[in-house]
Amino acid sequence: MPWDRNQMAARAAEELQDGWYVNLGIGIPTLVANYVGDKDITLQSENGMLGMGPFPFEGDEDPDLINAGKQTITELNRTAYFDSATSFGMIRGGKIAAAILGAMEVAENGDLANWMIPGKLVKGMGGAMDLVAGVGRVIVVMDHTNKHGDSKLLKECTLPLTGKAVVDRIITNLGVLDVVEGGLKIVECADGVTEEELRAATEATIV
Amino acid sequence: MKKIYPNAAEALDGLLFDGMFIAAGGFGLCGIPELLLGAIKGAGTKDLTFASNNAGVDDFGIGILLQTRQVKKMISSYVGENAEFMRQYLSGELELEFNPQGTLAERMRAGGCGIPGFYTKTGVGTVIAEGKEHKDFNGETYIMEEGIFADLAIVKAWKADETGNLIFRKTARNFNPPAAMCGKTCVVEVEEIVPTGSLDPDHIHLPGIYVHRIIQGDHEKRIEQRTTRKREEA
Repeated sequence: MPWDRNQMAARAAEELQDGWYVNLGIGIPTLVANYVGDKDITLQSENGMLGMGPFPFEGDEDPDLINAGKQTITELNRTAYFDSATSFGMIRGGKIAAAILGAMEVAENGDLANWMIPGKLVKGMGGAMDLVAGVGRVIVVMDHTNKHGDSKLLKECTLPLTGKAVVDRIITNLGVLDVVEGGLKIVECADGVTEEELRAATEATIV
Repeated sequence: MKKIYPNAAEALDGLLFDGMFIAAGGFGLCGIPELLLGAIKGAGTKDLTFASNNAGVDDFGIGILLQTRQVKKMISSYVGENAEFMRQYLSGELELEFNPQGTLAERMRAGGCGIPGFYTKTGVGTVIAEGKEHKDFNGETYIMEEGIFADLAIVKAWKADETGNLIFRKTARNFNPPAAMCGKTCVVEVEEIVPTGSLDPDHIHLPGIYVHRIIQGDHEKRIEQRTTRKREEA
């Protein structure tokens, strides 16, 4: 059985080390926060906050307290607020240990495409280009194939890039792969997924 | 010098002209200068270029100036929440320059600091880098981005004293300080003007040197995505 969304998030949470400052993207990456366990992880929200807390209780929503997805959230006792230039200063400056992001395509050299589909409505890259260029480690969490069953792990991206050679590790419903010299290296297969199945679902070169 | 004005329209008096470049604070609908945007709508100033992370929604934020066709160009990182914006953009009525969010923030900060250009890794190898100067430092490639020097900055803060020292609240700070810094003139709307001397000098987020005009007013502070969790059963 391939991993479901929560299992992918739980696997991604294993990547995080005690003491890290981390930025989580929208979608499955957001679920990673549910699986960090006892590790001391500080979540950054790039609109200007370190130490992001859970959603507020009904009635406690504060319009001045939102995350980068514009959702109402809460603060923790460790929270610090700052402006957007400072926020991206810590991103660009390599202070954020890791970003966990979704993707449309990843290439075998680590190219990442997750911000636009030509001909479709373009909403913008937000902070994604800054994050992938700046943080210590870029971990992509996504389904291995698109809804047509085609591999999202490609020899070359077909969509406009978010970053060039920026991805370090990819966690999909079929397993975990690292970007290494010459292509992707299988780190592990999801429970019940064989290496042959993973290879068969992957267009990118596996070394 | 007196910085306090009675309302948004009077605070903008003499500062607005067609074709001007305005930097606006805010992220989504959080910490946006909603009163000043309303006054710009009322003034009818046209052909505006806005540097603002987002473009509001159809009936709030910069969205209200799109309805009246007062905006010529947006410099933004994300504009996904605005149907009228998309309609005008796709029909060619509205220009759009996408900036990565951190690049936009740093362009404002840099402009306010007198820095006309800086190098960043953000966007190297993407469409953002096309046509920009590339330069290698220590074996890594960077692109040059330019500082923003706006004719006017419009900003929302939580509190100001009478000299314009500002305090922001939670994530409503966001783009407001860098936007304030990059404006030739900066007009600020706050929820409360407090007597000079009542703010702790160590707790000022943005010193009054960046602030030229201040108004106090009531803010709607609309929530874009209300997300909550259930209270646990006792």
